Amino acid sequence: MYGQKVMDHFANPRNVGEVEDASGVGQVGNKKCGDVMRISIKVEDGVITDARFKTFGCGAAVATSSMATEMVIGRTLEEASAITNTAVAEALDGLPPEKAHCSNLAEEAIKAAIEDYYEKNGISVKSGRKGCCGKCRDIGGKGP
Amino acid sequence: MATVGSEGKVYFDNNATTKVDGAVLEAMIPYFSEAYGNASAVYGSGVAARGAVEAARGKVAAAVGANPDEIAFTGCGTESDNWAIMGAARAGRGKGRHIVTTAIEHHAVLDTFKALEKEGYEATYLPVDRYGLVDPDDVRKAIRGDTTLVSVMYANNEIGTVEPIGEIGEVCARKGVTFHTDAVQAVGTLAIDLSKLPVDMLSASAHKLHGPKGVGFLYIRKGTKIDKFMHGGGQERRRRAGTENVPGIVGFGKALELAAAEIPRKGEAMRAICARIIEGVMGSVPDVILNGHPERRLPNNVNLAFRRIEGESLLLLLDMAGIEASSGSACTSGSLDPSHVLLAVGLPHEVAHGSLRVSLSKYSTMGEAEALLKVLPGIVARLRAMSPLP
Repeated sequence: MYGQKVMDHFANPRNVGEVEDASGVGQVGNKKCGDVMRISIKVEDGVITDARFKTFGCGAAVATSSMATEMVIGRTLEEASAITNTAVAEALDGLPPEKAHCSNLAEEAIKAAIEDYYEKNGISVKSGRKGCCGKCRDIGGKGP
Repeated sequence: MATVGSEGKVYFDNNATTKVDGAVLEAMIPYFSEAYGNASAVYGSGVAARGAVEAARGKVAAAVGANPDEIAFTGCGTESDNWAIMGAARAGRGKGRHIVTTAIEHHAVLDTFKALEKEGYEATYLPVDRYGLVDPDDVRKAIRGDTTLVSVMYANNEIGTVEPIGEIGEVCARKGVTFHTDAVQAVGTLAIDLSKLPVDMLSASAHKLHGPKGVGFLYIRKGTKIDKFMHGGGQERRRRAGTENVPGIVGFGKALELAAAEIPRKGEAMRAICARIIEGVMGSVPDVILNGHPERRLPNNVNLAFRRIEGESLLLLLDMAGIEASSGSACTSGSLDPSHVLLAVGLPHEVAHGSLRVSLSKYSTMGEAEALLKVLPGIVARLRAMSPLP
């Protein structure tokens, strides 16, 4: 069902845990939907120097979290903010169609962590972040 | 030959499907390319096929305490459920359009009820208690003057709870309402005697009891009113059209004959292995829930829910450790909702996402249970360490 790269990131996830004294933390998803992703980042001089994740979710959710942390480390906040769900999925050589929403979650988690950093530093930003994949309304949740 | 299977793996997904017994396969083989004639034909190979089909019908009937002419072979358990429900509801149209089932049925039943609702029937879905048990008194209260059919599964495929089918059947018989039971998980695993059980229709499937995929049967008690479902030829006493799946039917007969003879012994053996799994997991993993009834359950089913972790991840790690099992998580159900059965017994969504079903067969061993117990605590701990849930 999953490709080799997804299975590699699921079986050997990179950067599991929490960054100590994190500059920003973003938690997205909904436990009711079975997906919660938390990414914490360390920011120095506008560059993400460390990123860690904790994820409750399926194989794709774990793999996209792992890949997302790898993709943001060493990037400027602007570069990291521009990472899209498609880019995360592509970096994993693709996801099964029914798992595409898991990559949305990874993009959301990165953006949430960056937004948290901005807020903590008194920088006002407007983002189009939804907070989760947006499908929970279908199962009776409150939605984003 | 290329390896396509799971050689060397521990297969713990027998409520999904089972391995074909070697004796069953052997019994089927002549009917593919030797006695391959159409069972409706008058010449030799057709007559041989007809004889084999009727012999299988006799074996199936004997195994469940039915008369052979009350057994109609179908293409699968799902077809049996669809036919029983659609057929009885339509045959009862003159009396009324109210039909009753439960919240924990297989989708073969639930979705058939939903389809009938779209046709203008009114359906009642009965709740279950926290163990998944249906209260016969709830059935009694749900039956109205215009109720024509009640369908309650014999044993639940996810959590293994065995329903009080005798009592529910009596309620229906007293009220003059047709009673169907989806016994796909029960036939071949539990002793069933339809000569004593007040059931009008019962669905079964061969591949759950070491028979082949692609063949089921519907037991229809003599006198039960049911419309046709498959239209065409005059097969199965003009009730179910379609050329008989002769090798499949032969395989079903052999499989059920073997299973019925083995029920007491194999049932005890599987129950002991399940008990060891439950006791072993409960003793080594914190925050785990046993789903289903503690005693009234299938001898081959264990269903556990692990808090703070998600089922698909659990299955993938188990598979990597050589163990094949299943889960009721949304990711494995192909929808966003976790299993409707786990929600119906009252589990919160996030806990239902962390369920694990381990289901055994007569081939399962205590050694396989120990292999599971060896890896499971570490896998759960690893996923929990990764989980952001408190």
